[in-house]
Amino acid sequence: MAYILTHAEFDTVLQRLKQDYILIGPVRKKNKGKFSDADLITYGQIESLSDLETNGKSQFSAKETIFPPSQTLFYFTEDEYREPKFEPQKRIVFLRACDFNAIKRLDLLFLENGQFVDAYYKRLREKTHFFVFGCEKSYENCFCVSTGTNQCEGYDAFLNFKGEKINLFPSEPFKRYFAGYEENEDILPQFIERNHIQVDIPEGLSTKIYDHPYWDQYGKRCIGCGRCNFSCPTCTCFTMQDIFYRDNKNAGERRRVWASCQVDGFTDMAGGHSYRKQQGERMRFKVMHKIHDFAKRFNMHMCVGCGRCDDVCPEYISFSQCISGLKGVVAHDN
Amino acid sequence: MITNPYLPQPAEIISITKETTTDYTFRLKTDIQPDFGQFVEVSIPKVGEAPISVSNAQPGWIELTIRRVGHLTNELHELKPGDLLFIRGPYGKGFPKEQYRDKSLIIAAGGTGLAPVRNLINYYYQHPGEVRQLSLLMGFKTPEDILFKEDIEKWRSKFQVLLTVDKESPGWSGHVGLITNFVKDAVGENSSASRVIIVGPPLMMKFTSQEFIKYNIPEENIWLSFERKMCCGIGKCGHCRINDTYVCLEGPVFPYITAKNLLD
Repeated sequence: MAYILTHAEFDTVLQRLKQDYILIGPVRKKNKGKFSDADLITYGQIESLSDLETNGKSQFSAKETIFPPSQTLFYFTEDEYREPKFEPQKRIVFLRACDFNAIKRLDLLFLENGQFVDAYYKRLREKTHFFVFGCEKSYENCFCVSTGTNQCEGYDAFLNFKGEKINLFPSEPFKRYFAGYEENEDILPQFIERNHIQVDIPEGLSTKIYDHPYWDQYGKRCIGCGRCNFSCPTCTCFTMQDIFYRDNKNAGERRRVWASCQVDGFTDMAGGHSYRKQQGERMRFKVMHKIHDFAKRFNMHMCVGCGRCDDVCPEYISFSQCISGLKGVVAHDN
Repeated sequence: MITNPYLPQPAEIISITKETTTDYTFRLKTDIQPDFGQFVEVSIPKVGEAPISVSNAQPGWIELTIRRVGHLTNELHELKPGDLLFIRGPYGKGFPKEQYRDKSLIIAAGGTGLAPVRNLINYYYQHPGEVRQLSLLMGFKTPEDILFKEDIEKWRSKFQVLLTVDKESPGWSGHVGLITNFVKDAVGENSSASRVIIVGPPLMMKFTSQEFIKYNIPEENIWLSFERKMCCGIGKCGHCRINDTYVCLEGPVFPYITAKNLLD
């Protein structure tokens, strides 16, 4: 069952939601893109439906709404420290199915890995609700159908934009915001069913593949900029960073900032030891995590097929082509 | 209210022992009671945080042996007794002590690798009946790099101690050569029943393990302790991950049969 509303009607619903929630979603920033005259689609606060950009893939995912690129953990003054005052407002985040599936991966890591719950993540996460909007078309480099993350469940609402109309599937708790409209259409959420790119994640991967010359090509091409990690909706690595304020060295803070397994320094230890010095080894480390290691631990592949790593790579390295190539290597070696 | 696992606790420095010119041991007042081989996250606010293994512990205090090698450790070495450090933990899985009970145990430690096993050795020094026999094989770069000299002299009274340096200097009359050269001596007769702990730099652990296996120590009788950049210590930050294993959670102590498949 669904509500079918016009844009104006849904805007009315959004204004009701704004009484209780901040609305966050992809917004278009004119001429802020990486090329001249190109726009940037990025996450930001939205006031009405016209702010929400559903035509085009955001450069960064919705990850930053619950796992910010830089997050203050403590403020320090001399020997005293305190946690930031942190009372996040309830939020609704608009995102695509791939990014919503990515949130499940973040949950596994931050809430369930190890015996401790990540308090900073949890505080934002439990205030956040997700409105997933279906993709009208597949974008460049997308391969979500291959990773099974084109579909999703467990959302707070699902939206299909259909020209003048929007098909809306709110969960029970959100139906009250639709009061006055009839939920009478016997239709189902529609997910994208085809991408231009298909990949077949190889079975039977193991550490035997680690030494394969397959990875050498990436050693030559990858420049270790880390864009693939930072744009990835499922990358969760971070580094602790203490700073003091320039104007007052007695005061400062401890932050955590996003980290990249492709960038120098990721494994550096006091005393000078480090691991995976070659970019090819780092690519292997990342790829294996996305399509093998994570699943061994959490029973689902990490990669959600959004293709953003391909979108942003300055060396035109393609993750999906890497996986497809790996399939061939595994088939040949077995 | 959620407990914040990143919250450090202030710990007063009780005393500082200068082991070498670059390695200081800090005794900290704390209620933390670590298992043998566990680590803590140590920080100086506004400077940084790092994982450090516990090199000794008794109720009321722990000791951390810290080499001056970087930004944070440089600052640490400026601290004085009475100053505060910040710690959280303990983290990780330590040595499975029950598996060494009534066995012959060999501990091979290279350089600062002695720190994570020192507490265990001290424990056996206090409870010598708990293992059948303990042999210590310790290697340092030069005589000037030897850590815990007083402890080592003390340990000689109860255990077989083999101390070697890679490069001798004037006045040194002990063994010279890599640890791997002395594995045969440490193993002795009836080796296959012995349990072995190896801690040190990655290459040292690799080649020392191979040497013990060569002298008939079964792989399942060997344990290693890994050093990695553990930013969080609680399985979140990702820096210490190898394959599907988080060193901070499943390690830092691993059975060799697990460790040999952990390929960075």
